[in-house]
Order: sequence, then C-alpha cells, then structure tokens
Amino acid sequence: MSSRTPLELADARPGPAFTVTLDGREIEALPGQTVAAALWAAGVTSWRTTRGEGRPRGVFCGIGVCFDCLVTVNGRPNQRACLLPLNPGDAIRTQEGTGHDG
Amino acid sequence: MAEGTRLAVIGAGPAGLAAALAAAARGVHVTVIDSGAEAGGQFYRQPAEGLGARRPQALHHQWRTWERLRDGLGAHIASGRVVHLTEHHVWFVETDLNGFTVHALLGPEQEEPAEVHADAVLLATGGYEKVLPFPGWTLPGVVTAGGAQAMLKGGLVLPGRTAVVAGTGPLLLPVATGLAAAGAEVAALVESADPKAFVRQGGTFAAYPAKIAEGAQYAAELLRHRVKTLVHHTVVEAHGGDRLSAVTIAALDADGRVRPGTERRIPCDTLAVGHGMLPHTDLAEALGCRIDGLGVHVDDEQRTDVPGVWAAGETTGIGGAALSLAEGHIAGRSIAARLSGAEPDPRGWAAAARTRTKLRKFFAAVDGAYAPPAHWTELITDDTVVCRCEEVTGGAIREAVGELGAGDVRTVKLLTRAGMGWCQGRVCGPAVAGLAGCELTPSRRPFARPVPLGVLARAGESEEP
Ligand SMILES: Cc1cc2nc3c(=O)[nH]c(=O)nc-3n(C[C@H](O)[C@H](O)[C@H](O)COP(=O)(O)OP(=O)(O)OC[C@H]3O[C@@H](n4cnc5c(N)ncnc54)[C@H](O)[C@@H]3O)c2cc1C
Ligand code: FES
Repeated sequence: MSSRTPLELADARPGPAFTVTLDGREIEALPGQTVAAALWAAGVTSWRTTRGEGRPRGVFCGIGVCFDCLVTVNGRPNQRACLLPLNPGDAIRTQEGTGHDG
Repeated sequence: MAEGTRLAVIGAGPAGLAAALAAAARGVHVTVIDSGAEAGGQFYRQPAEGLGARRPQALHHQWRTWERLRDGLGAHIASGRVVHLTEHHVWFVETDLNGFTVHALLGPEQEEPAEVHADAVLLATGGYEKVLPFPGWTLPGVVTAGGAQAMLKGGLVLPGRTAVVAGTGPLLLPVATGLAAAGAEVAALVESADPKAFVRQGGTFAAYPAKIAEGAQYAAELLRHRVKTLVHHTVVEAHGGDRLSAVTIAALDADGRVRPGTERRIPCDTLAVGHGMLPHTDLAEALGCRIDGLGVHVDDEQRTDVPGVWAAGETTGIGGAALSLAEGHIAGRSIAARLSGAEPDPRGWAAAARTRTKLRKFFAAVDGAYAPPAHWTELITDDTVVCRCEEVTGGAIREAVGELGAGDVRTVKLLTRAGMGWCQGRVCGPAVAGLAGCELTPSRRPFARPVPLGVLARAGESEEP
C-alpha cells in the first residue's frame, strides 16, 4: 500500500503515449486523457490567467461547470480543459484573459 | 404494450440508467443522452477507454451494482431498445404538439447541434458541488472534492502529492480514501461539522445499518492510509504564489467561529474542498417545472408538475447513488405504464419506494448534521475573490449589500457582475446569497449550456414544413 500511482492502482495498460505541445514545449499524453488530465500528469496545474487581475487558474470543478479551466487548443480559445480529450500533435496554449487578445 | 413510445432520458448516472433499464424492460424505446463519453455519471465515472484500466473497480464502491447497470444497458442497446448518445450536451428541452424535442450540442467543443424527439422526458442530470469561498480558494491546486475524484476516476491523475481534504459532507470520505489509495499523501481530512450534531441525530442514523457499515468501511480505509481526521475544524486560508503551497486550518468554537490561537499551517500542494452538493435544475426550470427549495419537485411516481416530464436522482434533491437508483427505477416503471395509457400500480415498485422513503429521511438527517461553519462569511475578507469568473471581491459584494442596499442575489449581480460570467453564478451563488443575507434560490437561466448564436438561430428550423 506504499506509494503508487492511479494508473497502477487501476492496473491501466494505456495505448501508446503521444506528443502534444504546451506553449511549444513537448509533453506526453495518454490516449483518452483530457487536456486537464495530461497537464496534471505533466505536473502543470495552471494554464490561463484571468482577464481582470491576471491571476493563474486551472481545474476547479473538474466536471465542466465552473469554466475555470479555459484554455486555447489548436488556436481555438475558451475550451474547457477538463472535458476536451487530446489528439496527437494538439497544440495547447496558455490562455491570457479572453483568449482573443493576441 | 408501450410499443412505439419514446422516452428521452437526460443523464446516464445511477438515476438515468435505472430508469432506462426499467422502462426499456417494459417495451419503451429509450434514448439516453449524456455529455460524458461513457455511461456512469458521477458515482460510476469510468476511466477513459484509451487508458485501458483493467481494475477500474479499485477506484470505486459498489462495483457489482455498476456491473448490473452496465450489462443491462449493453443488452438493451444490443436488442435495439436503448440508444445511448454520448458527448451530447443538452441545452434546452422544447415542448411541442408531438411531445418533446431535446436540443443538444455535440462533442467537447459543443458547437454541432443534434435533436432527439420523444413522448416523455426524464431529467436525471444529477448535481454539482457547492464550495464556499475563503482567502486563497482561487489558487491552482485548490479543487473541488468531487472534481479531484472525477479527475482521478476519469483520467487516472492526481493534482499533486500532498493533499488536504476539507469542507463538510459525506463526499469528503470517498475523496480522501480515493486520493490516498491512488498514492497521494492525505495530510488531513478537515470536517467542519460538529460531532455533537451526529449524536443529536443518533436515532435516525442508527436506523440505517447499511449506512453505518458504509461509514465504518471508510473509517477503516482512512485508518489504513493513516489519514488524520479533524472534526469541527475548518480551512481558514489557502497560501501560495502561482500555486498552492499550504493551508491554514483552525478549530471552531461552539458557535461555529474560528477559535483564536488554534490556527495551524499544513504544507500541501492540493486542497480538495467541498461544502455539499446542489441539484442541477436548469433544464427543469426552463421547462417550467416547479422547484421545491433547491430541487425539482416530484410526486410519488417521480413526475414533475409538467405533463410528460419526470425527474429522478440528485436533480430532485441530494441523497447519493442508492437513492438515485431507487428514484430512477420508480420513474422508469411509472413512465412505461403512463406511456401505454395505463395507471401504474405502485405495488410493483414497493421495495424501491421503501428504500426511497428511508434514504430521503436519512439524508435529511445527514443534511442537518453536516454543516459549514455557522460564521463562514466572516472568513471572506474584503479582497477575497467571491465570483471566480468575474473576479468580484467580498468587499464589492458587501458594498453592494451595505451601502447600495442590495438584498438579493439578482440585485447584487446587477450591481457587481457577480454571477454574470461563464458559469452563470453556479459557483458563487451560495456565497453571494450568504453575504447578502438571503436564501439561495434557483436562478432561472434561459439555457443549461452556453449556446453558439448560430445554433440558436438554426434551432427549430427543422420543425418548419
Ligand atoms: C464531481 C462529483 C463527484 C462525485 N463523486 C462521488 C463519489 O466518488 N462517491 C459518491 O458516493 N458520490 C459522489 N458524488 C455524488 C453523486 O452526485 C451521486 O452519488 C450520484 O452520482 C447521483 O446520481 P444521479 O444519477 O442523480 O446523477 P449523476 O451521477 O450526477 O449523473 C448525472 C449525469 O447527467 C449528465 N448531465 C447533466 N446535465 C447534462 C446536460 N445538460 N446534458 C447532458 N448530460 C447532462 C452528467 O454528465 C452525468 O453523467 C459526486 C458528485 C460530483 C458532482
Ligand atoms: S474545471 Fe470546471 S469547467 Fe473545467
């Protein structure tokens, strides 16, 4: 019962990992993982800054209710990272404000 | 009997699945519509298929029940009696001369529209978590308790290494044990309820041996993972720069105020926090169903007061998976009878009705025993963000209430923009109501989901000759 991972606990044998990018940096994702899950697995917990105060945000509710996890994927801003599954080669960009600024 | 009649079940959690199975077994054609990629809802949330989990039950309780639901659903899908539409986000249910049109948006991007026509609708949309604000609750690393559980069950990921689980309510137990089993160090389980409240409800709790056994099982798991449980304590503040690094917790006094001098800092990179659940009622509200308190009002057959619309599970009130199953079963049988023009015989669902009565009573007692600190609004400083979407602070809301005289959530919203952002007040609603000193009431939102204007413009076009 010592330190194990969720993948070990569920005895997961995922399909081959693939590469996506976060602001140009390559990270690995597993098939089926959402943007949020892949970023958590890579140790990233925030991927946007708020419109008003520029504060960092990531997952809050985890089920699509709060919209805190908004992110830009393949050029489309305001996607909910906790709902959106990744595909090989997807380009994730941290989102500033409304995502329409730059 | 009910050959040819069509039922749309919205939500594939315990309630929706139990209803779909009961109705399909009695000849109804059922379309189950859910925004998730897999059936199961919150309680039976499944790991994404691509993750190839061979032992998903390690993250679950009552796996046998899930196997029965899953296999039943599979058999009905194979026989063509049930269609399961995944990744369909329902934003509106329209009533027309021929019954109902359920409008959904497809896929995670939610732009492609889809429609389902039905003679009856069952709302089984469940609930979402309530979280009351405190300084630091917007820091990355602070997540809802259910959210941590959902990410773990669905994505097989943890937010960090060291977690504190805090707030109030029965959901904190599976979350703390789930995180610990998956390898997180759970530094503390911080429950604000006062054990004395449980003693006062003792008679009610003692009447439910199954629930006591469930509680004992969680207690044993907490002990096995060496999770320290602190009752009548609360999180006062979350600390960190760009992400959470520690929380300060404190003991509560008899009145529910922080006991000065008891503050203690716990280093952690994750705080999973929740203060109970709220029913999802937007579709019901838009249909004009009566809402009782915070849940959809239903009769003994789980009918709403809108003809042809039933509701079951946590959309009618919070009470856990077993109650949702019982309500769904009753709804499914009632729908099958009514759609075939028959008066249902409640003796057919007597066992489920007994379970429903018992569990509703049990959860009323649970609700009385678990409670956020009585003076939780005092923890909200003037610069604590209350509305996460629009970044409205406690100070701004207090000003709207104190100086500008706002006495209800709507006026506060108009004066401050609290609740006007993306989530439409789903998250800040309880806090704004608390600060304004009024009761939380369901706020009528036109649609259950943000809808692209193009979809709105095209909706209904297919109805035209
Ligand atoms: C995040 C979260 C995690 C939870 N985890 C646990 C747990 O681990 N253990 C536990 O005992 N209890 C847990 N609960 C409590 C749980 O809500 C109940 O025990 C139980 O799942 C309720 O069953 P239900 O059928 O009423 O609703 P749910 O299981 O919530 O199912 C509702 C379904 O409806 C779908 N839905 C909602 N709105 C729409 C829409 N507009 N369009 C399409 N689909 C929609 C949802 O995707 C969901 O699949 C959790 C709750 C939440 C919010
Ligand atoms: S975390 Fe709340 S919507 Fe994604």
